[in-house]
Amino acid sequence: MPQMNMVQAINDALRHEMRRDNRVVVLGEDVGKVGGVFRVTQGLFDEFGDERVIDTPLSEGGIIGTAIGMALYGLVPVPEIQFSDFIFPAYDQIVSELAKYRYRSGGEYPAKLVIRTPTGGGIRGGHYHSQSPEAQFIHVAGLKVVCPSNPADAKGLLLASIRDPDPVLFFEPKRIYRAAKGEVPEGDHTVPLGKASVVRKGQHVTIVVWGAMLYEALDAANQAAAQGIDCEVIDLRTLWPLDIETIITSVKKTGRVVVVHEAPKSCGLGGEIVALINEKAFLHLEAPPKRVTGFDTPFPYTLEMEYLPLSHRILPAIIETARY
Amino acid sequence: MSTATQPASSLASSASGGSMEGSAHPVARHPLDAHAPDVVRVLRDDGTLDPANDPGLRSDEVLTLYRAMVRARLLDERLVLLQRQGRIGFHIGCKGEEASILGSAFAMRQNDWIFPCYREFAAALWRGMPLQRYVDNMFGNTNDPVKGRQMPDHYTWKSGKFGSVSSPIGTQITQAVGFAWAAKIRKEDAAVLVYFGDGATSSNEFHNGMNFAGVFKAPTVFFCRNNGWAISVPTERQTASETFAQKGIAYGVPGVRCDGNDLFAVVKVTRDAVARAARGEGPTIIEALTYRLEGHSTSDDPKAYRPEAGLDSWRRLDPIPRLRRYIERTTGWTDAQDKELEAELDAELKAAIAVSEKTAAPALESMFEDVFGELPWHLQEQRDELLRGPRAKGHGH
Repeated sequence: MPQMNMVQAINDALRHEMRRDNRVVVLGEDVGKVGGVFRVTQGLFDEFGDERVIDTPLSEGGIIGTAIGMALYGLVPVPEIQFSDFIFPAYDQIVSELAKYRYRSGGEYPAKLVIRTPTGGGIRGGHYHSQSPEAQFIHVAGLKVVCPSNPADAKGLLLASIRDPDPVLFFEPKRIYRAAKGEVPEGDHTVPLGKASVVRKGQHVTIVVWGAMLYEALDAANQAAAQGIDCEVIDLRTLWPLDIETIITSVKKTGRVVVVHEAPKSCGLGGEIVALINEKAFLHLEAPPKRVTGFDTPFPYTLEMEYLPLSHRILPAIIETARY
Repeated sequence: MSTATQPASSLASSASGGSMEGSAHPVARHPLDAHAPDVVRVLRDDGTLDPANDPGLRSDEVLTLYRAMVRARLLDERLVLLQRQGRIGFHIGCKGEEASILGSAFAMRQNDWIFPCYREFAAALWRGMPLQRYVDNMFGNTNDPVKGRQMPDHYTWKSGKFGSVSSPIGTQITQAVGFAWAAKIRKEDAAVLVYFGDGATSSNEFHNGMNFAGVFKAPTVFFCRNNGWAISVPTERQTASETFAQKGIAYGVPGVRCDGNDLFAVVKVTRDAVARAARGEGPTIIEALTYRLEGHSTSDDPKAYRPEAGLDSWRRLDPIPRLRRYIERTTGWTDAQDKELEAELDAELKAAIAVSEKTAAPALESMFEDVFGELPWHLQEQRDELLRGPRAKGHGH
């Protein structure tokens, strides 16, 4: 299997699906000749032309609104929002329209498309290029939310998302776009939505994490192991609908849980995961579940490494939970 | 907002562009300006047609459209009564705008699509939505096309190539453009007509949609029903442009104004726009100058902001009596035929209402269907919890 980074794997998935299904179109700002500001769509314009790889006017609301119309017509649009921070001009189209089309039309108009967008911090981008807004979409009925952590999953989850009957927000952690490398299966390779991955097996503490913070959690887990604490690390991959079974099975085994995410703490997905654990496995808990997250401030520029829940903050939470 | 006791003149002077309709000097952008030289008119006051723009409708087509307009009017009036009686929750009608809606829907070809806002039930019925289904939507029962999930007048009719109604203003505009653009990409001959009111031209979506359609020459017909009001806000407060049609200039989209209460003028300009789209020349914006004879919806009392006296001039321009004069002149249509038609439509409507009112509410579990393609675990859990739990009283379950 070829070695790829995340950017190459996502590009491979798009190319594969565009060759397989001529209804798939890519649209967005700078996705054409330049291949996207992160080069994720590089080469697609040359292969598929300007009617399938479309440089649009600079308007997120216009991109998503027209992509919804394309989807209603029967195309399979994969719009790119250049940074997830810029998704808010399209928020009404996503929340009021895309998410509700199937429901509000009694099933007559299922609108499905995959919004790809680089997300998260750690690239010295300040708060307009670093936020993690996934929880704001998870709260909306009708949307699926995906966030891969490695190249093979990025390809497999993107192909599954494009073939899924529902609208999907596909958050690509840009901090690991090129840093995360690995073998990627050639050709058709899908990873089912709604299934988490147990990345590290362990007995003492469950760590639930996704995206770029997976590597920080693994680092912290390795450091904890040196202190005799054996962590199980779950990479969610699909953030919604959640793979609750994998989480609960693990928590029933370990009795202890730490949830890690970049997004602000309050009303984040971490809070929801803790609430579900309380509802479904309360009597198995040996310690209060902990969250290690970004802060409830705008994402900072200079102090971004203090904002992010890196391993230096995850490790003490693991130890505290394990020794409770 | 002004109060009912406030003199009309204070409202008029507060408008940035000038005076209100009913006064001596209407501003150009106001719908009362239907006699301005740039406004396409076909039906003259004496019931004859201007041959220069006559769309050449057959006599049976005109009678069918007249019938559809009268049907829409009767529906509007009956649905308002039902809402006042508490039998339905809401209605948002098209009284006074029937020529704009039916003329434009009529002008679309069979392979074309319509993306509505929420005031165009007559277009849905024209496209083949059965009256019973529309009335079912008004009651939100189990046969409602949208399964009781949206307010009344938020229906859908895909098999009639008719879109799905949403409450947020203007959101359908970019979607219509994307749909039309997709047809162009697929090299299929379909245009899309998208309805919106003058208020929607202030929304992001209008500008996004016009810009994208202009750039990509998407075969879209932007149909702005300039009906004078966005709830309580008059046209003069919606824009400082002289006309809504001229907004197209900024986007490279040709604009045309027509007398929206003149069925023939609406058919003419819409047909021209569709033909232009079909030739691959791209979008057109139509501004139909019409008037909202009633409030925004049954939740709105226009007496609070709109002087009653000003309505008289609009009642004189009512599209139904205007068309009636034409068919009387051309076919000898009589008052007796009107009465017969109204009785027939009234009976049809009463029968549909009786059926809808007796039809059961949607099943409880239907609340959880169509959120996703398949029911995920969390919705299964919540559905089971609802089914197990206590029922709300008086809602048919």
